[in-house]
Amino acid sequence: MSDALKELIYKIADDQFILGHRNSEWTGFGPMLEEDIAFSSMAQDKIGHSFALYTMLRELGEQDPDTVAFTRNANQFHNCIFVELPNGEYDFSLVRHFLFDTAEALRFEMLLNSSYEPLALLAKKIRGELRYHTIHANTFLKKLGSGTEESISRLQKSLDYSLPYAMGMFEPSPYESELISEGIFGGEEKLREQWTKKLRK
Amino acid sequence: MYGGGTTFEGIKAEKKDDPVKLAEFEARIERGEKIEPTDWMPALYRKQLIRMIEQHAHSEIIGALPEGTWITRAPGFKRKMALMAKVQDEVGHAQLLYSAAETLGKSREEMIDDLINGKSKYSNIFNYPTFTWADCCFISWLVDAGAIVNQLANAKGSYGPYCRALDRICAEESFHLKYGHHCVIYLAAGTEIQRQMFQDALNRWWPPMMHFFGPSDKISVHSDTLMKWKVKMGSNDDMRNQFLDMYVPKIRELGFVIPDPKLNKNEETGRWEYTEPDWEEFKRVINGDGPCNKERLAVRRTAEERGRWVREALRSPKTVYQMPLA
Repeated sequence: MSDALKELIYKIADDQFILGHRNSEWTGFGPMLEEDIAFSSMAQDKIGHSFALYTMLRELGEQDPDTVAFTRNANQFHNCIFVELPNGEYDFSLVRHFLFDTAEALRFEMLLNSSYEPLALLAKKIRGELRYHTIHANTFLKKLGSGTEESISRLQKSLDYSLPYAMGMFEPSPYESELISEGIFGGEEKLREQWTKKLRK
Repeated sequence: MYGGGTTFEGIKAEKKDDPVKLAEFEARIERGEKIEPTDWMPALYRKQLIRMIEQHAHSEIIGALPEGTWITRAPGFKRKMALMAKVQDEVGHAQLLYSAAETLGKSREEMIDDLINGKSKYSNIFNYPTFTWADCCFISWLVDAGAIVNQLANAKGSYGPYCRALDRICAEESFHLKYGHHCVIYLAAGTEIQRQMFQDALNRWWPPMMHFFGPSDKISVHSDTLMKWKVKMGSNDDMRNQFLDMYVPKIRELGFVIPDPKLNKNEETGRWEYTEPDWEEFKRVINGDGPCNKERLAVRRTAEERGRWVREALRSPKTVYQMPLA
């Protein structure tokens, strides 16, 4: 079970760590000061969450969080490509934030029932913060999605570009059946279904 | 700027203010009352305050850039988390300050336009590059320390919205100071390479730090008026002296050498003596010819241009301008 669990935690932590890093690049560069501040807050949350997960890995026998996060080589990371992509323009960053955080919120909902207690406890704690991320994403998507002709077409373009990459968020682990049968995590397939349902609303 | 070294414009042909109102205004300030946005104020008072608060706000957003560049490269989780929060605070300060300046009748857009067109200045020190992590530590500790010296003085000024913004800003800056000090202590207690890294940063940053408080003030009627109105709260030299009093011992305590052999406190006068910094360089940099002026403004300009569609889309035709609460 340990390998399956570690693989899952690495994947979640690395996604958050890398996206947190990308979000932080908006500091001093946002389309307005308020968005600078919002992306910085989300970056701090994401990196904080990844730290909590790397600390959990430490308990499972991995190296300390600083070593794990800052000294691995690129090919040792477990994140999806989607979170790595450069920020580009604000429309892409916003769409990625929306797609990723919607999935992330659902993932941690599922993890509330994880048989691995530390993960379930962390999910309980993180859930509250992720709510603000999804509120932010939904608010801006709605506002810009009904703003000007330019804002609408930009969001549409970014959405078309992002969707194939977003599927990478749900790449099943080599230990998928073990994770499901042990009750650690409900599985990527189930998560993707919930996510698709949520987006259709 | 960044609360100090503010350049005040000489205004000669101001319209004569109503003498009765002026006397009343001056009496209020004399009594220690705060002036609020809807109160009567002399045109010169309004003009100089806009200029000062605006420059301060610009310094916060431009100041976010030299440190911001180290967020993605900060050494380890602890520093990275703290630096992100710190730089975010600076952007938040800009937001507060633009709001305070808006109460005087200039919009944030106008102020930012003036910044990127080079019409409005910001603190000169942010035109210097952060080559290493130690440069970033220097800013967090000592540039913020200098800013606090200025801001604590300005917080006792007469314009209500600016004072309230400064009270909040100073509270946050005091955390930055602790964080920066901690970073430097860590380097000081580290390996020879780490110690040398900070010493090099100190050598690079000392001249701009001395410039930070601005040139010696010339005594003039104009500056007397601004002092009387509590717009300007102390001379540039007083601020510089106060900074040296507080921080030279702390720097030396850590075993670093300040690159000025003449730096010495005259115990009789209570004033610091030092090699006069190169004010020609100061002028050159403030007028646009510093190591990073072009880069800093280019970043700001790009951010404004690339963000325009977002701001336009958010501005619904029904939006009515509201004066910010400050």
